[in-house]
Amino acid sequence: MTTPTTTPTPSTGSWRGVASEDQDELSDKVSGLLRVRSRRLLGDLLTPHRKAIALLTAVIVVSNAAGLAIPYLVKVGIDEGIPPMLRGTGPGTLLTVVGVILAAAVTQALTRQAFLTMSGRIGQDILLELRRRVFDHFQRLSLSFHEKYTSGRVISRLTSDIEAIAELLNSGFDGLVTAVLTMFGTAALLLVLDVHLGLVALIPLPLLLLFTRWFRRQSAIVYRRTRETVALVIVHFVESMTGIRAVQAFRREPRNQEIFKELNDDYRDANVRAMKLIAIFMPGIKLIGNVTVAGVLFYGGWLAFHGEVTVGVLTAFLLYLRGFYEPMQEISQFYNTLQSASAALEKLSGVLEEEPVVPEPREPTPLPAPRGTVRFEGVRFAYVEEMPILPGLDLTIPAGQSVALVGSTGAGKTTLAKLITRFYDPTAGRVLLDGVDLRSLDEATLRAAVVMVTQENFLFSGTVMDNITFGRPDATEREVREAARAIGAHEFISVLPDGYRTEVGKRGGRISAGQRQLVAFARAFLADPAVLILDEATSSLDVPSERLVQRALRTILSDRTALIIAHRLSTVEIADRVLVMERGEIVEDGPPGDLITASGRFADLHQAWQDSLS
Amino acid sequence: MPPDTRALRRPLLKNNSLWRLRPYLRPYVVRLVLIWLAAMVGIGASIALPLVGEQVVDGPVRDGDGGALLLLGSIALGLGVLEALLIFLRRWSQIKPVLGLETAIRDDVYAHLQRLPMSFHGDWQSGQMLSRITTDLSTIRRFTGFGMLFLVMNILQLIVVTALLLSKHWPLGLLVAASAVPIVMLSMRFEKRYIKISRQVQDEQGDLGTFVEESAIGIRTIKAFGRRRHVYESFDKAAVKVYDTSMDKVRLSARFFTFLEVIPNFTLALVLLVGALAVGQGQLTLGALFAFTTLVLQLVWPIASLGYILAMAQEAMTSADRVMEVMDMVPAITGGTGRIERPRGHLRFEGVGFRFPGADRPVLHDVWLEVRPGETVAVVGATGAGKTTLTALVPRLIDPTAGRVTIDGHDVRDLALPELRSVVATAFEEPTLFSMSVRENLTLGRQDTTEEELAGAIRTAQAMFVYDLPWGLDTRIGEQGLSLSGGQRQRLALARAVLSKPKILVLDDTLSALDVETEALVEKALREVLREATGIVVAHRASTVLLADRVALLADGAITHVGRHQDLLNEVPAYRALLAQDADLDPSEGALR
Repeated sequence: MTTPTTTPTPSTGSWRGVASEDQDELSDKVSGLLRVRSRRLLGDLLTPHRKAIALLTAVIVVSNAAGLAIPYLVKVGIDEGIPPMLRGTGPGTLLTVVGVILAAAVTQALTRQAFLTMSGRIGQDILLELRRRVFDHFQRLSLSFHEKYTSGRVISRLTSDIEAIAELLNSGFDGLVTAVLTMFGTAALLLVLDVHLGLVALIPLPLLLLFTRWFRRQSAIVYRRTRETVALVIVHFVESMTGIRAVQAFRREPRNQEIFKELNDDYRDANVRAMKLIAIFMPGIKLIGNVTVAGVLFYGGWLAFHGEVTVGVLTAFLLYLRGFYEPMQEISQFYNTLQSASAALEKLSGVLEEEPVVPEPREPTPLPAPRGTVRFEGVRFAYVEEMPILPGLDLTIPAGQSVALVGSTGAGKTTLAKLITRFYDPTAGRVLLDGVDLRSLDEATLRAAVVMVTQENFLFSGTVMDNITFGRPDATEREVREAARAIGAHEFISVLPDGYRTEVGKRGGRISAGQRQLVAFARAFLADPAVLILDEATSSLDVPSERLVQRALRTILSDRTALIIAHRLSTVEIADRVLVMERGEIVEDGPPGDLITASGRFADLHQAWQDSLS
Repeated sequence: MPPDTRALRRPLLKNNSLWRLRPYLRPYVVRLVLIWLAAMVGIGASIALPLVGEQVVDGPVRDGDGGALLLLGSIALGLGVLEALLIFLRRWSQIKPVLGLETAIRDDVYAHLQRLPMSFHGDWQSGQMLSRITTDLSTIRRFTGFGMLFLVMNILQLIVVTALLLSKHWPLGLLVAASAVPIVMLSMRFEKRYIKISRQVQDEQGDLGTFVEESAIGIRTIKAFGRRRHVYESFDKAAVKVYDTSMDKVRLSARFFTFLEVIPNFTLALVLLVGALAVGQGQLTLGALFAFTTLVLQLVWPIASLGYILAMAQEAMTSADRVMEVMDMVPAITGGTGRIERPRGHLRFEGVGFRFPGADRPVLHDVWLEVRPGETVAVVGATGAGKTTLTALVPRLIDPTAGRVTIDGHDVRDLALPELRSVVATAFEEPTLFSMSVRENLTLGRQDTTEEELAGAIRTAQAMFVYDLPWGLDTRIGEQGLSLSGGQRQRLALARAVLSKPKILVLDDTLSALDVETEALVEKALREVLREATGIVVAHRASTVLLADRVALLADGAITHVGRHQDLLNEVPAYRALLAQDADLDPSEGALR
């Protein structure tokens, strides 16, 4: 989270509180840059479809031409087809014209369907490509990025932003192209049919354009407000339903109802404005259209009775005018979709241009059989330059040694762990595994060698089996069971309703925190790394489970390097060596037995812990 | 079986749900009448316009009557303006009833959901409830606002125009009327399939969204194991599935829309053919042919959209069913009327049992426990022993399926819920924070909290870190705000519980995420609070147990031992196995239950 430089005054009495949301707002210069960037991304996505787009353009022109020809053909039918029949020379001309109309209609239908299918495919191809790119990129980006960016924003990039673009590709584009082509085509044809009547029919056009522009601007504002207000309704709703236990236990229902009503009313008001706007716009377009029709009828009738236009022309005019005003609605809809899609594209292009701060090496050093010797050489690390977490650390952990790391909160224990797992790179100095700088190992090699289990113990939805095999996807079922047995998780898993096939639910919610932790251990054990890091990994276990895990740990840790971070010192006893950290430096180093008897920081900590057990 | 949430009053006829929503429209009766009037007159105006055109062609144009042209032109203009005005009137008056209906139902559903007990919320995903107050309500809104009106208007227009056509030239009229049926049916079928496939796309996108959510929140785990490929492949599979279904949708809608656009052209060709032949034989005037073409084109939209609207009506009924399904749930836990004049906090569990619906073994059975005013009892038990269930019975988040829980001699089921829940406060192990200011998260909206009380509660819970947040107590936290660590969240939950100065304080393993030093400080402060209140403390650590005067050991859903910590430690091996860190036990005894 960013700490704001200027502190806005919180509005008093506001239940919502103040949050640093302004980080999304950008200066003009930056947003100009963003537009260039998103245009580049768009170009990049469209390039593979160049040929298809060219073909598509041809198809849509043919389709529109066929469609526009039909009223003209009706005119020909009336003016040229009827007189021969009245003269008694038969319906030959008429039949030809009707045949041509049918042919035009079929052509239009076929090309239109081809266009819709093709443009749909291009749109879906682009979406799939965008989804793949953005997802993969997020997964590549370093942990430091994710910690700043937060999961909520990652999720909305990949869901609502992609959907905004999908919306544009699905409907907006087709509507716009058809509308624009129809308008220009119709205007041209009207003038060709009869210049005078055509000009009369086009008189209201500037008015129409102005009106549409007004609507477009207004609706952009209103539309945005609707989205904002509905988002607040949804957030409040979901939160109060997921937190219903606290809501009911603390009698928050009336207050919740009050807030919900307020948000719901805001949403309604936003919708009222949107609907009012449409209530003005739609009849407005209709009014302009109807007045034009009346005008054409009057002027056209006058011309007709002077013999200057035929009844066929008059009919064609009225048919064309019908299709002339409707597309305006499409165009104004398109603008809203375009706006949200381009905003989404800007955000996505921004993400895609982020570089991982922990880059993969160009030419990775192979490490076929890692033994697990870890070395820190003059390692300095700082999140903020002025406040180094590790001022300069030298440390060697021989292969196979179990090291316990103790010290108060903020001493730098977790940072040390994150450097060994290369979630971060040191600001200066280097971290070596078996003598190789971590920065020259490729990701697969490093992750196979070093695994960390944290207090977080995240489980994915899926079965217990799925979650354990996450440690090593090619493991057999037997290996999974063995891993679970070794860690002491087999007992509880086998009494679950479906054993290893039991669904753990969203984030493992269907099993208890302690059980989740055991599954996480089994997962790490199955991965069989040369270096295992346990960061507060046993803290949510109850005593029997913790004891169980500790017993298992003795076997698990026996042939690998381990780094154990723990507040509760029970875990420390199984370590070969204890490091006491303070302000990023190691202040004590030795076997646990020696340190307990000495009169140092560790002896004090140990005493405090003993007391807490009483 | 607990009388959980029973679905009573389910309508016999499924279609009833929509009809049952009519009281929400009652305040708007006058407006509704106005809307319908405007719609009817509007149809009249739009039908009259082509007829004026006919008069123009057959009158002034043929006979050269200039005066009539001026008159007819003015009538056309008048009709055009009138039609636009009526549309405006209809749309404008519609806003209030339509949105009023939607907003009122949403408020009511929300209120109802808040009343429904935990057992309901445990079964229902919040996403399912959300779709009911968003998607389903919009569907209902669209239907009551537009669908219903257009359904009637379109049918009316169809009848009037067909009658008009029949009277002018019956073969042509018949042709138009006959073609309406297959078009309506075809478009209805299309629409149904379209709705189905759209739902499928939505579902699959939802699955993809869930996957994205997990991979974003679990990024540390994915990175720790280097499983980027693996996760990407799963994502890709789901994304390709969305792609495939979307392509099906594209193909279907391409056919559907093409169909809709082709109809008018074919009709036009037919009308021209038949009409021109009729003119040639002198059965029809040129003006009538002119009116015909316009009128027939006017019919295309009502006919084609009829199928669409019928499908929409069905969808609205399903949505109404889904909304009413929630509204018909009867809250199983409703308060009594009892009040305790001066609560002392004397808590008793009398032969309490609890069994989840459908489970073969009870979670709790025959639990007897007395906690006297001012006393604190620790509840200790292995994972899954039923500790949390036991504590949830006190504020009636769930009700026992056997026996009863009493406070000062009153069965908790006889007490008014607000009354009961002001006597009992719980700090949960997994604290819920809302996207609100720290202050609101602590007070949860109670206005009667003073600044001193707030500061005191924050001190007790050692949650002074809140003062260091960017905007202090006004900083927004929770999902949409600043994120806090597990320990910080727990301390806020604790502060929230002690803030209301409850007579009975329940701590459900509230200190598990705290480090040793903070825990010691919190415990010291808690001792003060617990001196004033009756306490139940769920614990799995010796340090927490020491907050209590007595300990109850819960095993297999029943309380097996009650006594002082030291005594139990000495006398009960099962207790020692649970709490003694250094106990040297043989492996079988320590196994997880």
